[in-house]
Amino acid sequence: MNLHGIWAIYRFEMARFGRTIWTSLAVPVITTSLYFIVFGSAIGSQMREVSGVPYGAFIVPGLMLLAIFSESILNASLGIYMPKFTGTIYEILSAPLSPIETVLGYVGAATTKSLLIGLIIFATAHLFVDLPVAHPVLMLLYLLLVAAAFCLFGFAIGILANGFEQLQVVPLLIVTPLTFLGGAFYSVQILPEPWRTVTLFNPVVYLINGFRWTFFGQSDVGVGISLGVSFAFLCACLAFVTIIFRTGWRLKA
Amino acid sequence: MSPDTNSAILRLQGVSKQYRDGPTALHSVDLDIRRGEIFALLGPNGAGKTTLISIVCGIVTASAGTILVDGHDAQADYKAARRRIGLVPQELATDAFETVLATVSFSRRLFGRAADPAYVERLLRDLSLWEKRSAKIKDLSGGMKRRVLIAKALAHEPELLFLDEPSAGVDVALRRDMWTLVRSLRDRGVTIILTTHYIEEAEEMADRVGVIARGRLLLVEDKAALMRKLGKRELDLTLVEPLGQVPVELAEWSPTLEHDGHVLRYVFNATDEHTGIPGFLRRVGDLGLHFKDLETAKSSLEDIFVDLVERER
Ligand SMILES: Nc1ncnc2c1ncn2[C@@H]1O[C@H](COP(=O)(O)OP(=O)(O)OP(=O)(O)O)[C@@H](O)[C@H]1O
Ligand SMILES: [Mg+2]
Repeated sequence: MNLHGIWAIYRFEMARFGRTIWTSLAVPVITTSLYFIVFGSAIGSQMREVSGVPYGAFIVPGLMLLAIFSESILNASLGIYMPKFTGTIYEILSAPLSPIETVLGYVGAATTKSLLIGLIIFATAHLFVDLPVAHPVLMLLYLLLVAAAFCLFGFAIGILANGFEQLQVVPLLIVTPLTFLGGAFYSVQILPEPWRTVTLFNPVVYLINGFRWTFFGQSDVGVGISLGVSFAFLCACLAFVTIIFRTGWRLKA
Repeated sequence: MSPDTNSAILRLQGVSKQYRDGPTALHSVDLDIRRGEIFALLGPNGAGKTTLISIVCGIVTASAGTILVDGHDAQADYKAARRRIGLVPQELATDAFETVLATVSFSRRLFGRAADPAYVERLLRDLSLWEKRSAKIKDLSGGMKRRVLIAKALAHEPELLFLDEPSAGVDVALRRDMWTLVRSLRDRGVTIILTTHYIEEAEEMADRVGVIARGRLLLVEDKAALMRKLGKRELDLTLVEPLGQVPVELAEWSPTLEHDGHVLRYVFNATDEHTGIPGFLRRVGDLGLHFKDLETAKSSLEDIFVDLVERER
């Protein structure tokens, strides 16, 4: 195991985040506050409660995941796309690192950043609402699982992308719509049929509901299936990235 | 182990590369690099030099063939193989916002070595980069960037160093420095493989030279032998009166007549101590042959390659 190598990549990536630390922190804080003002206060005053949870608190898990989805994909994809773009990838490719080690370094760093952002949003939310957490340890583990899965996903996008605009396509055109339609700001229970059934084909529904369960101890869909979907997503991303490294596809000529 | 395996730090057997919807960049290359030598890979643009190096370093996947680095298979045992290799790429690719010290320390750890500030300091001093250790790479000149890349390649104390066109975009002074560095590395036991377009550079630096063109390794020879082969020059005398045949008095130099007898051509070897030119010209004068122009020409590297390739056929 090349621990020095993994650590070198991890520190390199963390230093890259460190250079933009203020924007990295300010963006989630400001965005979350805006959501609270618009959804929490403006709409929340009409809605009051969803499934027995005050609306302001109800949207927090969804807000955290929304940020984690997009930040994870963006950071992890840039992490590997930049060396491809500037040509410095030669050094990574020529280093005595296994695919898993390389992924640990890059995705580990991106996951750390995503977790930090998730926790900052969590802290910011406390300024606006009372936020009980029923299962704090599970909540952190769930956050870690989702952040790692989406960072892996982002990493794969970064490898496949042929231009900067391609890095934006998946988060903007797929993930954000699926999140908004995935019950981030409402309970799928309030949807009329057939939309309620259609929604159940959206994997993000399970991610958000599983996470929400760790906060409020209740969820629109089963906790088991939510965890299962999250885990399956993580494994699929891992398998995909491993295949790319094994074959050198899009990385090596 | 036979002494042969012992002395080869790098062994290529039947290494081929066919780029996806691209050219066949390498045709079954066999090559042994001896431990501790400076080997120059000489070839024109597009010959396959960078491809060859990239395959050994793991940046490009070979289509066929095996590579042994110090006895370790570069594919099956890639970690052991790569730990021994340092690469200075042809293109200047650097992390613009990193400092010199950070990027060199990064390279060392990336290759699995524990931090060693004393070694890194010595390395940066050797390359005259110590004063610039806190500078961001984007603020350095091109020559300095190249030195940073050399420092990165040496950061993990490799046994085998690849320099892909070390003198591209480098001024004379820096080139001298680089050659001094290469020699001192060799004295420390590092094996060096460099690529170049210039015969002069191969001549100055290398112990052995391999000539590559169109993806084929045409010959591998000790430098001295190759220089004799490649060092041919022509002396052309444009005569006032054309000659029908070469005067017997000049037979000693075996010149030829060109352009219907208007040009008397003497081929000599520029690397010989005695080129024979003074004696030849004296004899020409004694014979009363008048010439209106005198010109020496060296067959260009390109000609030589074409020559070699043609000869291969
Ligand atoms: N990634 C690639 N995809 C397709 N073809 C490539 C690729 N890289 C190189 N080639 C082709 O392979 C051949 C060998 O290229 P290579 O870069 O190895 O030559 P070289 O000897 O290093 O040339 P130079 O002296 O110009 O650096 C060329 O015809 C080149 O166009
Ligand atoms: Mg080249």
